[in-house]
Amino acid sequence: MNLDFSDDQKFLQSEARKFLEKEDSIKRSRKILDESTSLDEDLWGKIVELGWTGIRIPENFDGLGLGHLELCVIAEELGRFLAPVPFSSSVYLFTETIIKYGSEELKKDILPKLVSGEVVGTLAVTEDFMAPSFSNIKTEVINNKINGKKIAVPDAGIATHSIVVCKSSNGIDLRLIDHKDKSLSISIQDTVDGSRGYFCVELDNTPSILVGDEGNGWELYESIINQAAVLFSFEQVGGSQATLDMAVNYAKERYAFGKPIGSFQGIKHKLADMYVAITLAKSNSYYAAWALSSESSDLPVAAATARVSATKAFQLCSKENIQTHGGNGFTWEYDCHLFYKRSKLLSLNIGSLSNWKEKLVSNLEKSNIN
Amino acid sequence: MDFKDNQEQADFRKKCRQWLENNAKLKTNIEKNNEFANIDYLQAAKDWQKKKYDAGWAMLHWPKEYGGIAASAIERIIWSEEESKFNVPRGIFEIGLGMCGPVMMEYASEDQKARYLPPMAEGKEIWCQLFSEPSAGSDVAGLRSKAVQDGDNWIINGQKVWTSGAHFSDYGILVVRHDASLEKHKGMTFFFIDMKSPGIEVKPIKQITGGSSFNEVYFNDVVIPDSQRLGEIGDGWKVAITTLMNERLAVGDANGADVEDAFRWAKGQDDLGEPLINNKSVRSSIADWYCEATGLKNTKLRTMSALSKGETPGPEASITKIVSANKLQDIGNFGMDSLDMAGMLKTDDPEIQSFQNAWLGAPGLRIAGGTDEILKNIIAERVLGLPQDARADKGMPYKDIPSGKV
Repeated sequence: MNLDFSDDQKFLQSEARKFLEKEDSIKRSRKILDESTSLDEDLWGKIVELGWTGIRIPENFDGLGLGHLELCVIAEELGRFLAPVPFSSSVYLFTETIIKYGSEELKKDILPKLVSGEVVGTLAVTEDFMAPSFSNIKTEVINNKINGKKIAVPDAGIATHSIVVCKSSNGIDLRLIDHKDKSLSISIQDTVDGSRGYFCVELDNTPSILVGDEGNGWELYESIINQAAVLFSFEQVGGSQATLDMAVNYAKERYAFGKPIGSFQGIKHKLADMYVAITLAKSNSYYAAWALSSESSDLPVAAATARVSATKAFQLCSKENIQTHGGNGFTWEYDCHLFYKRSKLLSLNIGSLSNWKEKLVSNLEKSNIN
Repeated sequence: MDFKDNQEQADFRKKCRQWLENNAKLKTNIEKNNEFANIDYLQAAKDWQKKKYDAGWAMLHWPKEYGGIAASAIERIIWSEEESKFNVPRGIFEIGLGMCGPVMMEYASEDQKARYLPPMAEGKEIWCQLFSEPSAGSDVAGLRSKAVQDGDNWIINGQKVWTSGAHFSDYGILVVRHDASLEKHKGMTFFFIDMKSPGIEVKPIKQITGGSSFNEVYFNDVVIPDSQRLGEIGDGWKVAITTLMNERLAVGDANGADVEDAFRWAKGQDDLGEPLINNKSVRSSIADWYCEATGLKNTKLRTMSALSKGETPGPEASITKIVSANKLQDIGNFGMDSLDMAGMLKTDDPEIQSFQNAWLGAPGLRIAGGTDEILKNIIAERVLGLPQDARADKGMPYKDIPSGKV
């Protein structure tokens, strides 16, 4: 019985934590927000240099050849420090798609460049103010040329490539596009959390390469999303823990009525509720990490369980952290809002809480938990 | 990461499993939630405990001389995982073995341990815990039952309450006030007591379930020999804390209808002409309960992982009762709601019974063994390191503390 990370993985995690702390990642995130840019190039460069973008990329393609568990511990730290980098888009979604479904030729071309930082990728799915589904995707590919418009594409303005989910004559395709192509126009979109860039991508006869089986793209997309859900959960757990730590520290130092507010049960119980939510989310994320790394058939259920618990935990912790900070928590100056906004961004990226609950229950129906 | 037992653990699990298969029947889905509350159940529980004792399974982590096999923490968990898959009577001995046993092990004399521990493990003698009082619940240190020293004896007067199983117990552990002029935590002393002693009167409390598993226990000039004192005079609170820490381990998961029962029920139940499972709000609730139930299960696996590596587990397990008792209440509520008006009717249907029992029993579970609020205080203070709330009675002699309504 060993539902825990190995000593090597824990070491990697503690190194990642030290690095992001030293680099003052949270302050960098605030800077992106204040300056309305969309990427901290310096931090991203250092992350590439550390080899994190190639954690899962096999050694013959210049990567570190490590597993998903290593990615999970990094994800937790990126979440804890609100790193303003396109890691989730490029690594959890784009790189994993290429590793899982790319042709050998494509892998040979793209994977080493993802390691070196020459290629940064993202996944373009959403088209309208509603959840994307198999039946509402309108962006269409004909003769390898894509036409249509994607919105709320995370990090597209920074990325050099996208995987586009689009309609084809046989169903849905996953298709790779190169952002250098002139047929493409990418524009930044204003968002509620300005510490990460969201973009509109308009495709006008944009040339594309098929990734994975033709017509089978929605299934492939779902499978990539299930994997990514585990990694997002770890980011959310990291963020939740950071907000609980902030709230606990503030409750010990802030005095009211002659004593620390953390001695009042109204605050204690709130913080205990946060601890409970984090513990459940963390344990479920650990299990999902195992399911992911061992390619268990339990992954769809385990991933949805982790995702739902982690989304609930980060939403609870980030809002109650503001509440614990009182009026200060509502100011731009305090960091509470950075986490509140990031919790919303993470909970909507790859699909909302209610959609993941639905996914969980329909997977339970398929797997029959009795 | 992996979920495999190591060779030693796998061998041990196989041994447990073989013995259980030869001596008990595996549970079916519905039996799992059946509640028995009659005297036959007590006898059945005693018989099962004896059977386990004779085979060495009763208190496996105890030393051999008291009837155990000196098993490791991980082996104890493996046994309990396997035993819980079988339809066997549990719930009678938890307090004695989980709380009274450890305190006797730590504070009783060698002779007393040799005399009392083996029959406790065997189920021949049942023990109860006499702490709470009408005026001392969450603030159990506010207790006022008195002990007055009289030569080699102590004379006890007062009243205890919420004493599980007092009506069938042979012995009990008791904390009382020996000096009301001292501060509240300092004036207490701890004993064990023969429940058949003259002057003890046990009166059952009728609960909101209609059943009676708790009692009031009255003490009128009850004599306890000083040799049955556990710890020094004035150390009563320290000894009580040892017991309460064990209580939190012993109470743990709330038994009863769980998410898989709600799920199975929702698939079979009609909801305005559709299967109930198609109802969006039901699906949302099931997702929540599944995440909670699975989160507790995975938390336990993390605890086991730490134990299995010889590490001390973190405080994660402290969340178990809060989460499971509230979930039980919600699931009971869901099951009854799904029956609309007929949800009020008593019936022989074991599934409906399990929802009604959950709904009626859960309020008690949210209180027993530390209320939700006390458990959250413990998480906040011991895990998160928040300061204790200022106490109005701090430093006051017990006799001067205002007591309000009893």
